[in-house]
Amino acid sequence: MFETIGIWIAALLTLCIFSFLYKDNPFYKFAEHLFIGVSAGYWACYYYHNVLQPNLFVPLFQEGRPIFIIPLVLGIMMLLHLVPKISWISRWPLAFIVGTYAGYYLITYLQTNALEQVTATLVPLVTFSSVVLFVGVTTGLVYFFFSKEHKGTFGGIAKFGIWFLMIAFGASFGYTVMARISLLIGRMTFLLKDWLHIIQ
Amino acid sequence: MTTIVLLTLLYLQISPPKDVRVFDTPNDAGGSITITWESSPDAEGYRILRMALPDSVYTPVDWVDAATKRYVDKVEDGVKYRYIIRTERGSAYADSEPTDEVWSHGNVFHRGRTNVLIGVAVYTTLLLSFIYFAKRGKKLFVRKIAGLDAVDEAIGRATEMGKPVLYIPGLSTISDVATLASLNILGRIARKAAVHGTRVIVPNRNPIVMPVCQEIVREACLDVGRPDVYREDDIFYITFSQFGYTAAVDGIMLREKPAANFFLGMFWAESLILAETGASTGAIQIAGTDAIHQLPFFITACDYTLIGEELYAASAYLSREPLSLGSLKGQDWTKLIIGGLIVAGVILVSFGSDWFLGLFSS
Repeated sequence: MFETIGIWIAALLTLCIFSFLYKDNPFYKFAEHLFIGVSAGYWACYYYHNVLQPNLFVPLFQEGRPIFIIPLVLGIMMLLHLVPKISWISRWPLAFIVGTYAGYYLITYLQTNALEQVTATLVPLVTFSSVVLFVGVTTGLVYFFFSKEHKGTFGGIAKFGIWFLMIAFGASFGYTVMARISLLIGRMTFLLKDWLHIIQ
Repeated sequence: MTTIVLLTLLYLQISPPKDVRVFDTPNDAGGSITITWESSPDAEGYRILRMALPDSVYTPVDWVDAATKRYVDKVEDGVKYRYIIRTERGSAYADSEPTDEVWSHGNVFHRGRTNVLIGVAVYTTLLLSFIYFAKRGKKLFVRKIAGLDAVDEAIGRATEMGKPVLYIPGLSTISDVATLASLNILGRIARKAAVHGTRVIVPNRNPIVMPVCQEIVREACLDVGRPDVYREDDIFYITFSQFGYTAAVDGIMLREKPAANFFLGMFWAESLILAETGASTGAIQIAGTDAIHQLPFFITACDYTLIGEELYAASAYLSREPLSLGSLKGQDWTKLIIGGLIVAGVILVSFGSDWFLGLFSS
């Protein structure tokens, strides 16, 4: 019984969302607002139980680890954004977060996005694939060099680089579209099989 | 009968592992000891036995198969330990000699990452040098980037039509580099929009990014002397749900009808849904992301797309401030060095010289 009600609600909400393909309408608005409201509430609960509780309240209040006073204070400072007269205090934890992440990721990105990528590119030019890899990487780097106008030979190399990128994007586009089609098939299967029982 | 007994005893006589070594695991944050040994030909497996001093009893820690020659034990820092590796075969076993005392501690410097340190040093030096030159008035050239030249056109169009600008700072967290780049660009766009008195709507998926966006837009309005343009309600949080957020932004695009849409930051599967809806409203669309799987969708559905590095360069390009331009130049020269290393490395590797590869591995 409850399963049938659930299927009907899911099917009708699916149709409400699909109605957006025609134009904006009250059914879409209803589904949109319901989706946003439910998800906002869900994520608020999720964060409380999976982030605040295990990462702050338990270590601080149950295990008595005083170092966790720092995130608690930073969190309270962040909430002061809601008090207009002292909302400036919320800038401090924000600055702390942005600065910390920027510094931390400088190291991580240099290692993963630069050094390891360089290592992966250093292959002997003995196969067609390795030549394509080498030419693609170097011409791509030329395209992303901003200190010189793309003219003459340099411009030609940069153009070659953007061709490489576009061919890669084309392949990626086709691949991802196929993945999206499979999502559509999944939804249509739900409507035709689970809801309407037209297909087995 | 005697022969059978002798053969059985010979069978049960198994040799212990040789050359057992223990040491504090190098290049770690502490809490682990590494044990290595030469395998025994008789082993079906090895049992790791540990004694924490001043105790006098060895207790089993783990069992590993015969192919294993190395074990990393999780221990408490500062406590002294001894180990025995026991060869096991059926019910028979043979113990190695107890090891010397060993204790673990954290390492301040990870020697395997010296190359990263050098990389950071070179990059920082270049960055600071170019910022220094830029501040002293040296003209730094940056090539034309089509997508960014269109920013003024997009804001101008919104102003003429009396419609707002929609700015999506991506769906990722503040820790994402694309988000940080996007926030820099938001400041420039908000400044230009404020000059013309144009509204900037910034729906957010991340609750940390939202107040940063509010601060950025507020400062931009104050900087150009138009605090009256700032509307805090235009920069708001929707939901953390990816497609809940997407549905809401689609609704905003259809109801508010912004004249210009900016999708700059980190995006996932929602990219095409957003860009297609925006295109259907007739808005001029400028996108930029370093998510390579989403770039094709933006390229097909938007008027201009900033590809990867162009997103990072955008802030400097738009502001032309010495600090940003200097950092952009620093990045450019770092890329030049990396390109040079790749060319040199590939030539060396092609001629059979592998030592160059070791420079980049941790």
